[in-house]
Amino acid sequence: MNDYDTIAAISTPVGTGGISIVRLSGEKAFEITEKVFSRPNGKPFSEAGANTLSYGHIIDTEGSIVDEVLVGKMLAPHTYTTEDTAEINCHGGLFAARSVLALLLKNGARVAEPGEFTKRAFLGGRIDLSQAEAVEDIITSKTELFTKIAAGQIAGALKNAVNAITDKILILLSDLEVTIQYPEYDIEEVTVGRLRDSLEEIRDDIEALGATYRKGEISREGLRTVIAGKPNVGKSMLLNRILDEDKAIVTDIPGTTRDVVDELVNLSGVPVKLMDTAGIRESSETVEAIGIDRSVAAIKKADLVLWTVDVSSPLEQEDIRLRTEISGRPFIAVLNKCDLGINKETLDYFRNDECIVCSAKTGENMEKVTGVIADFAMDSPGDITSAALIVNARHKALIDKAADAIGHAISSLDEGMPEDLIEIDINDCRDYLGEITGETAREDVIDDIFSRFCLGK
Amino acid sequence: MTMDNDIKIKFEAGEYDVVVIGAGHAGCEAALACARKGMKTMLMTMHLDSVAMMPCNPSIGGTGKGHLVREIDALGGQMGRVIDKTYLQIKTLNTSKGEAVHSLRAQADKARYHDEMKRVIENTPNLYLKQAQAVEIMTDSDGKVCGVMTYTGGIYRCRAAVICSGTYLKGRIIIGEAIQESGPNGLMASYKLSDSLRELGFTINRLKTGTPTRINRRSIDFSVLTPQYGDKDSEAFSFDDDLGEDKKDLPCYLAYTNEETHDIIRANLSRSPLYSGVIHGTGPRYCPSIEDKVVRFADKKQHQLFVEPEGASTDEMYLQGFSSSLPEDVQEKMLHSLKGFEHAEIMRSAYAIEYDAIDPRQVYSTLMTKPVKGLFTAGQINGTSGYEEAAAQGIVAGINAAQYVRGEAMLTLTRADGYIGVLIDDIVTKGATEPYRIMTSRVEYRLLLRQDNADKRLMPFGYKFGLVSEERYKRMLAKWESVDREIERLRSVKVTDSPALRELSEITGGGIRPGTTLYTLLKRPTISYEDLAPLDEDRPALPKNIVKQAVIQIRYEDYILREEKQIERFRKLEDKKIPVDFDYQNSKNLRIEARQKLDRYRPLNLGQASRIEGVSPADISVLMIELAKADNK
Repeated sequence: MNDYDTIAAISTPVGTGGISIVRLSGEKAFEITEKVFSRPNGKPFSEAGANTLSYGHIIDTEGSIVDEVLVGKMLAPHTYTTEDTAEINCHGGLFAARSVLALLLKNGARVAEPGEFTKRAFLGGRIDLSQAEAVEDIITSKTELFTKIAAGQIAGALKNAVNAITDKILILLSDLEVTIQYPEYDIEEVTVGRLRDSLEEIRDDIEALGATYRKGEISREGLRTVIAGKPNVGKSMLLNRILDEDKAIVTDIPGTTRDVVDELVNLSGVPVKLMDTAGIRESSETVEAIGIDRSVAAIKKADLVLWTVDVSSPLEQEDIRLRTEISGRPFIAVLNKCDLGINKETLDYFRNDECIVCSAKTGENMEKVTGVIADFAMDSPGDITSAALIVNARHKALIDKAADAIGHAISSLDEGMPEDLIEIDINDCRDYLGEITGETAREDVIDDIFSRFCLGK
Repeated sequence: MTMDNDIKIKFEAGEYDVVVIGAGHAGCEAALACARKGMKTMLMTMHLDSVAMMPCNPSIGGTGKGHLVREIDALGGQMGRVIDKTYLQIKTLNTSKGEAVHSLRAQADKARYHDEMKRVIENTPNLYLKQAQAVEIMTDSDGKVCGVMTYTGGIYRCRAAVICSGTYLKGRIIIGEAIQESGPNGLMASYKLSDSLRELGFTINRLKTGTPTRINRRSIDFSVLTPQYGDKDSEAFSFDDDLGEDKKDLPCYLAYTNEETHDIIRANLSRSPLYSGVIHGTGPRYCPSIEDKVVRFADKKQHQLFVEPEGASTDEMYLQGFSSSLPEDVQEKMLHSLKGFEHAEIMRSAYAIEYDAIDPRQVYSTLMTKPVKGLFTAGQINGTSGYEEAAAQGIVAGINAAQYVRGEAMLTLTRADGYIGVLIDDIVTKGATEPYRIMTSRVEYRLLLRQDNADKRLMPFGYKFGLVSEERYKRMLAKWESVDREIERLRSVKVTDSPALRELSEITGGGIRPGTTLYTLLKRPTISYEDLAPLDEDRPALPKNIVKQAVIQIRYEDYILREEKQIERFRKLEDKKIPVDFDYQNSKNLRIEARQKLDRYRPLNLGQASRIEGVSPADISVLMIELAKADNK
């Protein structure tokens, strides 16, 4: 079974620390380590005691030394993953750790997926699902803000929000069920109109909760801020200047296309994902056209567009054309190059827009630019540390399914389907929501019926 | 093995394959199933006149319960056939709602029901009916059932036993301050058998139920009550029966309590054993006594009561909704406060009854008990309430006792097979801290588990396990084949332009185009099969039930497909079997609570494990891993 293979990963942050740790977990953790690890006393690793550190060298297939290491040996089940775990302490820097990891992979380990050590801790019964998700969110969070949200989630803000919805569903279900179970008692039937109203109310609640996902994503992935403008208005310099404002770049995000450059920056504690785009202009050249298409695509998905123009010169058709591309996205007009003078007509064109006159070159008003971005990001999430927020993709998918189920209930009701069939949709919705909090139960409908209605022999 | 000091002389009373203890609704089905499967079967009852007795409500079926009766019939049981012969009134409930929750209910003639069932039992080969009180389950050195001893010292050797003890075990009847050791209806209680069970390792629970007053018909003023009649063209319970044209229809009546009644109850609450602490057993929430209702729903000005005949040859009337354990004099005052009952005469007083039951988590879903091999339990001893719930378990226990004796695979019905599966799974995984009643809301796949398709779902089991004849089984298959044929035909017939089509389009909201299939049109809830007759010239003459099934399948297709998918998912966990001797204590990754619960209740598969209280989804993941590890070894 795939679940039990031995996994390995570099478990210290990428950087230039004193040591890097490569962790191995699984049934063959010790066996694989033994293949690449040589101790000066010549004894095999399998003979090393539980919970010990052993000194030695990692040797590659050709017999040459890869690194001088200390290897920790921890026996199942008293480890984080509850499996046998080996931790290889290599010299700092990426190179040594990567070479060791590569060697382990060659000898039968598999590279761990993100969060897989935590997943195993969960599967090993050490932590439950909600804890696992919160722990994973803390591990993967890129910002302090997000850590707060994840912590808040452990405290149950999301659970409370979901429960408020499932409580409404419960009442509706027991109102429907009681007339099915006790058809001859004079209990008020749920009318189609009332059923529809209740369903719509529940759908609105679910959708409102679902809508917080975007905010959650901002705190997790950063506010998608796209720097757009025609060529040579100073976009790259603007990017660099904003990056300068951020003294601690958290990480660069690998794997993005080279023509849209992403940087995650931290502006007053708010994560912002800055994206510099290829200049947008009419182009007949194929390569450039592809870049421009991508820029347009990035704008469409942006949370905020920094529409950059050269304020020192008259606007060109290519500047103005951007308004169409940006349409519908929130934007700030960045009127750059003010050090070269200010063209009155250009300035006037933006009189009804939020705009900042600045110079990326001299740094004039740059603090305003970063301030506006940070304010914008803070505005969007609202009081995100206390309110319920969907930050987890699994939760979002379940919320969407729950909303679909209620939508289906409403359309079936409109088609004239009997209410006991509509209950199938309502129950589905409830099951999806229950999966978020880890509570799905039918028995509570029965409890509710008997607490609210007077029935029986 | 225990020795009973009271029994001085013991004697060999004969050898049987199976001994069934108790001839109530569970015991009758169990014994009939065993005997029909060729087992030499002894059916013991405390009193021969109480065979298939209805000590409480005079009705069979109702919401959810009607499903059980249909399922029992499909498996080859007796309940449906007997009620079809002896009903006083029959109707389908919930007809204003979807087919999934339609339920048949019949008012029963209690005396005739008893007579008819007893006659069937007496005429069944291999079945021996005897008045005898079982006091001990005897086991051999392997811990398997080897006999049943009676109060008179008779040892009935057997290879399997089924206990269907109803409310007899250490029964105690309570009417206000008057408390009496007694079984139901004033019959003798059984004292020793539950001690024998305790010694065999069973956990004994104390449960409570109750029954309302019976009133003399001639003392009721019916002119102020509302009569309620049955349906004119009702179906029968049994898939094989036809009730004919001339249906019996004895009315029930609707009555109400009033403020005066409630005042009397409130003034006398201190004399209620429920509130003074005399009653220790746990009663069912869905059968609260009238004093319970008045206390819990203090703001309600009136409560509904149903006045139901107990039979055609008696004047006794059952007063549903008036169950009570208040003293007799208070009952009398309460009754006289009701409109129409000013001069009513009580023939039997309402009473509460306490009795011993086992923790049904000590029973497998085959209804064989975990502590004792060859011992099966069914009905109230397993913590359920209701004739239909009892009969449903009875037939499963009976089939499996026979299978066990033969050394053949037993029958397990899952939550995806039927209401019986839900019922059994609920009690064996969750236990029964109060008497358990089936309810449609307990059923996950109720669109697929309709009462009208119980034959399709369960007759294959009845056939496989030898209770349904080949002829009957083939008839069922043929019926469903014609349903499928009709669906296919409706799929192929396209409507052509005609005045009839335009008219139909107009009255049903429009938009019907020539070329549309009848199948597509039937999906609209506003269009009935009959509406399409003018557009369907080659329509074959089909029985009503075939048409009905075709329309259900077409109309609810989307929902049916969804439930089928859910069942597929459900089956995945159910199919992951857990060995009976699985070592939970050494599965260190399981949380301690889960380890203990699983070790104690030994679920048969992962699905059941997941439904045990105190077992979390994380525990199930762990268990999945442990099982895979065990497999690999």
